[in-house]
Amino acid sequence: MNMRKVLAALLVMTFVFGLLAGCGNSSGAGGNAGGTAGGGEGDTILLGVNFELSGGLAAYGQSKINGLKIALDEINAAGGVLGKQIVLKEYDNKGDNAEAVNISTRLMGEDKVIAMMGPVTSGRVMASVDVAKQFQVPMVTGTGTSAGITVNEDGSVNDFVYRICFIDPYQGTLAANYAADTLAVKTAAMLVNQSDDYSIYMAEAFKKTFEEKGGQIVESSTFMEGDLDFKAALTKIKSSGAELIFCPNYYEPDALIAKQAQELGYDGYLLGGDGWDNLDHLIKTAGADALQKAFFINHYFPGDTTEKNQNFVKKYTELHTDTPPSFAALGYDLMYFVADAIERAGTTDPVEINKAMAATTNFEGVTGSFAMGENHDPIKSAMVIGYTADGQYKLVDKVQ
Amino acid sequence: MEQFYVFLQQLINGVSLGSIYALIALGYTMVYGIIKLINFAHGDIYMMGAFIAYFSVSYFHLGFLSALLISMAACTVLGVLIERIAYKPLRGATRIAALITAIGMSFFLEYVMVFFVGAQSRAFPNVLPALRIEFFGGKVFITGKELLIYGVTLFLVVLLQFIVRKTKTGKAMRAVAFDREAAMLMGINIDYTISATFALGSALAGAAGVLVGIYYSAVNPLMGMTPGLKAFVAAVLGGIGIIPGAALGGMLMGLIETFVIAYGQSTYRDAVAFAILILILLVKPSGILGTNVREKV
Repeated sequence: MNMRKVLAALLVMTFVFGLLAGCGNSSGAGGNAGGTAGGGEGDTILLGVNFELSGGLAAYGQSKINGLKIALDEINAAGGVLGKQIVLKEYDNKGDNAEAVNISTRLMGEDKVIAMMGPVTSGRVMASVDVAKQFQVPMVTGTGTSAGITVNEDGSVNDFVYRICFIDPYQGTLAANYAADTLAVKTAAMLVNQSDDYSIYMAEAFKKTFEEKGGQIVESSTFMEGDLDFKAALTKIKSSGAELIFCPNYYEPDALIAKQAQELGYDGYLLGGDGWDNLDHLIKTAGADALQKAFFINHYFPGDTTEKNQNFVKKYTELHTDTPPSFAALGYDLMYFVADAIERAGTTDPVEINKAMAATTNFEGVTGSFAMGENHDPIKSAMVIGYTADGQYKLVDKVQ
Repeated sequence: MEQFYVFLQQLINGVSLGSIYALIALGYTMVYGIIKLINFAHGDIYMMGAFIAYFSVSYFHLGFLSALLISMAACTVLGVLIERIAYKPLRGATRIAALITAIGMSFFLEYVMVFFVGAQSRAFPNVLPALRIEFFGGKVFITGKELLIYGVTLFLVVLLQFIVRKTKTGKAMRAVAFDREAAMLMGINIDYTISATFALGSALAGAAGVLVGIYYSAVNPLMGMTPGLKAFVAAVLGGIGIIPGAALGGMLMGLIETFVIAYGQSTYRDAVAFAILILILLVKPSGILGTNVREKV
């Protein structure tokens, strides 16, 4: 009897809190719709920043704004855009979806920015998509990789919403291009974490492109999160004669795969995506020897020798103690991308800027060059990173 | 012929995996045999063993043997402590209460470690010289690590069998397992005997943890979950409470898993392994080496 009362009370509480939370969301989104933004009037151009600057995701937001500000200073020092200085209106969404929506509404509805940069992570970006469509102000994320940000489930594209990083499955496509064109392998195997969408979608994209290019997937093996033993699968792959193993997973299984492949005497290539990006863990677990034929696709490489990147790395390291992470580089490119679109639009009208963004054909950034695809995802080059004999990263190639 | 070499190589892989399951399964089976408690914290003692070895090797630069002995000793203490603090007060309570406590203990150990060392996995430094013995012109080979696992497992199983069969403590254990009250009346110190059981089982789990750390060069706080569960299944498969049964069950689990991946679909690895388990238990409910004991009414 008592148990029931407690249960009932709990249910009621859940319900009430659910309602309250619902109210919080809807009251945030109810701003003024439409109307031209006033952010471009006078001598300055007002741009919005909606980033995760505190909370559990703060590290990403902080990195990204560090990169963004370097670009901002450069642009303003060079005379700004359309002859006007750029001024940022910055808000911290604390990594909270409701807060991200409120801030987007405030930036577009009250502050009348002509474009918004952010949020940084997929969940927050998804939450803000409808606000951008409602106010018709373009919003660009530098790092939201979830496919659903720009394209809805029914295949329709979200107008006014863009990103400048590639989506996860696209890495699979790039990896397949690299495997088939540059490494010139004909047969490949896959070793995929079947409890992770990141791995599954990337593997699908790899298989599709690799087979289109005439390659053959001779073995496809799956494992579960937390598995440590890949020897059975690797022995099978080795005997299948696959010249390359595609490992689209996070670094923990990848390190074990690299090590066990070496122990089993597998002498083909290993190839993966940005989940591999943890140098310290890979080197400590697998050792540099095991990684001499391992490569992965990544957004950015600090050692890239282009003039643009050298300049960015120099400025970044003057201000900060570390080498720039991918997020900082994407923040830097994000600022330049928005400025470039405004310059090409020739006006501060958000609708015109939106058109200019969609029409981007050859943007050059530190994370690679890209054209904006029709899905509002960039068709972008990526870095192929390998390992030196003494266990450092090296840029092996760039893949389109 | 090529296929035969691959088969042999897979056999070596399967026996390595099976040895690890067997070592963990032994601890489960001992504790169950004596106090009829499924000690779910057992897989986490294995994890603690791996971490203790990790710290001894990484920070104190000890060699393999000292790390192994330190881990086994520390796990012995830990196992006895857990028994004294968490299980002993519940010895008179229902079995389900003790079981829930065991699950609680398991989560406690896991998340205490997550709190202190973080959830990410750490690289276990290489402490063994690279050794590789080749057969058939390099077509089949066995590494030093694998030999070590076979050797340590075999040694510990024999040692355990010796302790249980030939020593006084072992005799007391068997007596307690057979009939606790009667054993008590015969002057056997029950508390001491149960502690000794936990001590032995935990030492074995610690050893398994160290071996796994070395074999896969990785340790993390949640590493005990899945192997713990599979080792429990292995213990049931071999006949829970029977020491050679646990070793056999563990070995079978490892081999089945490996061969499902090798000659079937890796996606169905666990499904097939568990289906075989169910089949065996349908035919022989007390496990492969178990004897059907008639219920005394």
